[in-house]
Amino acid sequence: MTALLEARGLCKEYGQVQALAGADFEVRAGEVVALIGDNGAGKSTLVRALSGSEPPDSGTIRFNGEPVEISSPTVAQALGIETVFQDLALAPHLDPVQNMFLGREMMRPGVLGRLGFMDVTRMRERSRRAFDDLGATVGDLGGPVGSMSGGQRQGIAVARAAAWASKVIFLDEPTAALGVVQTAHVLDLIRRVSAGGIGVVFISHSMPHVMEVSDRIQVMRRGRRVATFRTSETTMEELVGAMTGAFQQEQGQQQGEA
Amino acid sequence: MATTTGGGTNTVITDASRGQRLRRLQALQILVLLAVTMTVFGIARPDTFLTVFNIRGIVQNTSIYAVLGVGMTFVIITGGIDLSIGSVLVFSGVVAAKTMDAMGGQGWGTALAGAAVACCCGLGWGLFNGFMIAKAKVPALVVTLGTLSAALGFAQIITKGLDLRSAPQVLVSKVGFGNVVWQIPTLSVIAAVVVVVGIVLLHRTRFGLYTYAVGSNAEAGRRVGLDVDLHLIKVYALAGLLAGFAGILNLAFFQSTTIGGQSNTPLNVIAGVAIGGTSLFGGVGSVFGTVVGLFIPIVLQNGFVQTNVQPFWQQVVVGAVLIAVVYVDQKRRTAAQRGKSPRFSFLKGRTR
Ligand SMILES: Nc1ncnc2c1ncn2[C@@H]1O[C@H](COP(=O)(O)OP(=O)(O)OP(=O)(O)O)[C@@H](O)[C@H]1O
Ligand SMILES: [Mg+2]
Repeated sequence: MTALLEARGLCKEYGQVQALAGADFEVRAGEVVALIGDNGAGKSTLVRALSGSEPPDSGTIRFNGEPVEISSPTVAQALGIETVFQDLALAPHLDPVQNMFLGREMMRPGVLGRLGFMDVTRMRERSRRAFDDLGATVGDLGGPVGSMSGGQRQGIAVARAAAWASKVIFLDEPTAALGVVQTAHVLDLIRRVSAGGIGVVFISHSMPHVMEVSDRIQVMRRGRRVATFRTSETTMEELVGAMTGAFQQEQGQQQGEA
Repeated sequence: MATTTGGGTNTVITDASRGQRLRRLQALQILVLLAVTMTVFGIARPDTFLTVFNIRGIVQNTSIYAVLGVGMTFVIITGGIDLSIGSVLVFSGVVAAKTMDAMGGQGWGTALAGAAVACCCGLGWGLFNGFMIAKAKVPALVVTLGTLSAALGFAQIITKGLDLRSAPQVLVSKVGFGNVVWQIPTLSVIAAVVVVVGIVLLHRTRFGLYTYAVGSNAEAGRRVGLDVDLHLIKVYALAGLLAGFAGILNLAFFQSTTIGGQSNTPLNVIAGVAIGGTSLFGGVGSVFGTVVGLFIPIVLQNGFVQTNVQPFWQQVVVGAVLIAVVYVDQKRRTAAQRGKSPRFSFLKGRTR
């Protein structure tokens, strides 16, 4: 089976820092790929590159085997790629419904819609269902997101991505601020979403969660992928070894390293 | 507030929005402040202050500021500022007066042409402001300080520094001093229409939603595909357009281009917007609050004159209130920051 979304040799520099140094990556339809690595390994940078929010300096991206240039978030959206960013990227003064539909508002039918009037009732209904699906405790549908707890905000961001994704969903540490119950909900959602044929990319520092939910695990270190494992065939020790550099799998690309 | 049961597995959602109630409370507070101020002056000068004639004057004097305030509210909600509105008003009035002079005639045709010219001038300055801010990334404070100076300079060059006093008869008698019915000034009805359109645009349309979103978290907007730059240009263009429109109203009311008389206008309008509950840090605000906030300097000015206090005190009070309001807003923001979950701020600290 060919990969749904595939990246080869992505590079991204921030001044002196090589955040991505020839990173490879792929996710297939309906699978859960965990992306792990130490702080600063380049996981979030890879996510931003593949979601169009900060395109890479070089490298190739293929979608369904076709080369694509994900130059902006709009391109990613059109491809069916959704992302929960590590910093969530919510507008704190807007309410959960407004955040859910920001940039994709449902307009009123007819002339009113063309004049810019939104169908607030319908958006509210849809959001309520999305939050219910996730079991997210949103609290106040009309209150500003900024006054909600970190966990509630994370729930909103996850629900938003899940509601819009049709091909690939990136979840950058989606459970970092969540309680036990909400975390279980997110892991459950990951399984459900992937069962629907969507490729899920799950970034987490929690090895038990990674082992529990993923089909494959890709390990990043210093801006590139250093190893890929089938979850059923690996151990915690092996993963930690790959993250810290004690274990190297992908030898082919080492010449660049000083 | 919602209560959550069942260990967080149920989604409990309340429709009555706490945030909106809070904001309505703020608008109410300013309304109370305004009422108290008016009561004090009313008690001090019962025979002159609360008369139809005087109230009509206050409303009329607030009208032009209200038109400017609508645009300024949008700009400030995006987290920006527009210092150029007073100069753009003057420039637009000057070009409109020149045009109407050249056309001759005292009728509606000339007046409407003048209004169109004034609006186009304002729109032009607004587009320039927006482009420099959004695309060239020059800070709004600097860009609009520059256009404040430049627009006034051009107005003085065109007029050689002398105010133009020619305005078509209908403009002065019908718009400037006329009443729609009874003691309701035409000028104020026009301003009220602008205000209502502004309220609907801000609170009911996608344009308004994007204005809040850009001021709240522009990066979040970008990541869901909003064209943040384009929206900023539109918002500054709107503010410019309204300043141009205010230019023709100003000409109708004063029968003069008031070249030297608008230096306090941006300050007063910004103060009105801030007093009205719009946060100078962006993301929060309302046009209704702005209108109430704008009444406060005008009422003070009027009341001080009537109570034989030197009217210059008005400027002192407005300045002090502006600082106080922003101080309170700042306190509220830092309190909200502290209230965040520590896990989340830790998360935030690690991000990029
Ligand atoms: N906007 C930026 N400006 C400068 N440097 C950056 C920026 N974004 C990322 N970096 C750098 O790139 C490297 C990779 O960062 P990235 O956020 O991708 O790591 P990560 O694997 O997501 O880490 P974490 O587990 O802490 O989230 C880091 O060294 C970081 O300092
Ligand atoms: Mg990260």
